[in-house]
Amino acid sequence: MDALILTVWSLVKIVLVLVPLILCVAYLTLAERKVIGSMQVRVGPNRVGFKGLGQPFADVFKLLCKEIIIPTNASRFLFLTAPILSLAPALAAWAVIPFADGWQIADINAGLIYVLAMTSLGVYGVILAGWASNSKYAFLGAMRSAAQIVAYEIAMGFALVGVLMMAGSLNLGDIVRAQSGGFFSWYLFPLFPLAIVYFISGVAETNRAPFDVAEGESEIVAGFHVDYSGFGFALFFLAEYANMIMIAALTAILFLGGWMSPIDGWGDGIHWFLIKTAALLFVFLWLRATFPRYRYDQIMRLGWKVFIPVTIVWIAVIGFAIYFEVGPWFGTVRSGGL
Amino acid sequence: MTGQISKYIKSFTLWELLKGLSLTGKYFVSGNITIQYPEEKTPQSHRFRGLHALRRYPNGEERCIACKLCEAVCPALAITIDSEQRADGTRRTSRYDIDLFKCIFCGFCEEACPVDSIVETRIFEYHFENRGEQIMTKDKLLAIGDKYEEQIAADRAADSAFR
Amino acid sequence: MTFELFIFYLFAAVMVFAAARVITARNPVHAAMFLVLTFFTCSAIWLLLEAEFLAITLVLVYVGAVMVLFLFVVMMLDVNVEPLREGFVKYLPVGILVGVIMFIEMVFLITQKYFKAEQFPAPERVSADALSNTESLGRLLYSEYLFQFEIAAIILLVAIVAAIALTMRRRADTKYQSPSSQVEVRKQDRLRVVQMPSEKRSS
Repeated sequence: MDALILTVWSLVKIVLVLVPLILCVAYLTLAERKVIGSMQVRVGPNRVGFKGLGQPFADVFKLLCKEIIIPTNASRFLFLTAPILSLAPALAAWAVIPFADGWQIADINAGLIYVLAMTSLGVYGVILAGWASNSKYAFLGAMRSAAQIVAYEIAMGFALVGVLMMAGSLNLGDIVRAQSGGFFSWYLFPLFPLAIVYFISGVAETNRAPFDVAEGESEIVAGFHVDYSGFGFALFFLAEYANMIMIAALTAILFLGGWMSPIDGWGDGIHWFLIKTAALLFVFLWLRATFPRYRYDQIMRLGWKVFIPVTIVWIAVIGFAIYFEVGPWFGTVRSGGL
Repeated sequence: MTGQISKYIKSFTLWELLKGLSLTGKYFVSGNITIQYPEEKTPQSHRFRGLHALRRYPNGEERCIACKLCEAVCPALAITIDSEQRADGTRRTSRYDIDLFKCIFCGFCEEACPVDSIVETRIFEYHFENRGEQIMTKDKLLAIGDKYEEQIAADRAADSAFR
Repeated sequence: MTFELFIFYLFAAVMVFAAARVITARNPVHAAMFLVLTFFTCSAIWLLLEAEFLAITLVLVYVGAVMVLFLFVVMMLDVNVEPLREGFVKYLPVGILVGVIMFIEMVFLITQKYFKAEQFPAPERVSADALSNTESLGRLLYSEYLFQFEIAAIILLVAIVAAIALTMRRRADTKYQSPSSQVEVRKQDRLRVVQMPSEKRSS
């Protein structure tokens, strides 16, 4: 009986997270078109519904109605499972995200590496889609994406090491609680280089512009999902945007103090978390509107030769600072953590 | 040496990236200049070259005298004219076709016409639904001319100083 | 049967099936994907043992990184399966011999008294709130097993250096681009604006 209640309660929580998330994904696509439109001095979609608010649903219905085409000589089973493999980890990672104090589906101790593990799984969808399509362009996209994600995952992992050195915990809730007390105690300041590296690696990890060589419309048509139509394509789309929101939410939790208010005593709550996530999502769109696509070898150089050394150096700096209890941020870490 | 160091400082502070972001950010807040087409329209010149029309004299007589100058000058070979003698002895066209798929709207026919018969109107919103409808026959052209004669005449008058 | 036991048998069955498919699947990519499934179910079983750090690390390292590179290579190589199967019968006796010897060795080892299950009593259950798995692992690694841990790290470092040393050779006749020098190029380095008086065209 207890197991049944637990299962039902977990399902309710999952629905409570997933339904708003998918709505957010839908409206993020609209926001992206509107924001980029505005940066290019045009309006973006404004015909469906009031001011274009119905546009995401129109897109979804269009994609649902389209025929699903399976290319000849495609590996049928993998071709059909690839979009699911790409979406499932993107949604699964939300299990440990704390929206506010105690508001999370699963409060697990190893939350941070769980998230890292889940984000690293998304690459399977991309690789399998590229391989199963039996197309040169898709395959090139898959290969690029595999190398890129492996490279940036290391930088991302190192950036997270800095966070856990400061917080002394892998639990995302504890990490946020360690940042309480106004915006000055957010990890953004002591870990500034790591925060930048983490966010940029996050952009690369989600295959977003300017790191979207896996799609690379101008070079390899649409990269790994060139042969997908209809709902398969919609699932890839959904996964990409869910991952974007994921990275933005994680950056907000790890470096911007999650649900903590920027000024002590203004009242913490989910609204601060949402505001921070939305602001970071705006940066995602802003980057896309501003920068041209990286060349592939330059992406590799940035990942391996710039980000990884920067993070390693900064981890050493944090280590020394914590050991010698320097500055306003590192003085309290030893007593607070282990 | 200092150049090398300043390069490093520049790249690690993401200076040029921030410059780019500030540019797009500026345009983000500057408001857009889009015209919502079906509701709003850009102003048109009276020299606008749109759909063709054949005009008539005020007494109802068609202007075209089948001189075939327009057919000769047309660079896209879009105009086809057959002529015959009418019962009253004047030369008139028995066929005046403009293939709108061939036409490039250069306006040469209008300029070549000695009697201001073939003109290009301001109409630019039109479509075809069946194959063959793109051939503008003499009847269709005359009908357009009759319908928009007022505007056509006003446009010619406005431009007369420059002709 | 408790719910936990049911879950265990479910995952165990999937794992055994997937592991068997790894060596029987004809297509190397399919085999690699079954290996991924094996790792995944294995990590689920570890989770049942409340070893969440190890379980997630297994997914992170093996599924997230190692198998991606594996797939990368397998997809790039156009493995032709037919010639690989030609010598199956020829090598079968040797294969069976090696397998039997390994099996006997393992049975021999496991039945020895040092490796019997009684030698390793189940550890005391520590409540998850008192000390997290990660923390206790860290404490052990950096105190009791520090020396072994550092040796493992050195061996890994040597392996990295060796792998790079083996593969990093530049052929003299191949042209390379250097992205780092390319991104440092400025306008002044490449472009020279020349002032010239305008000249009349010679007739």
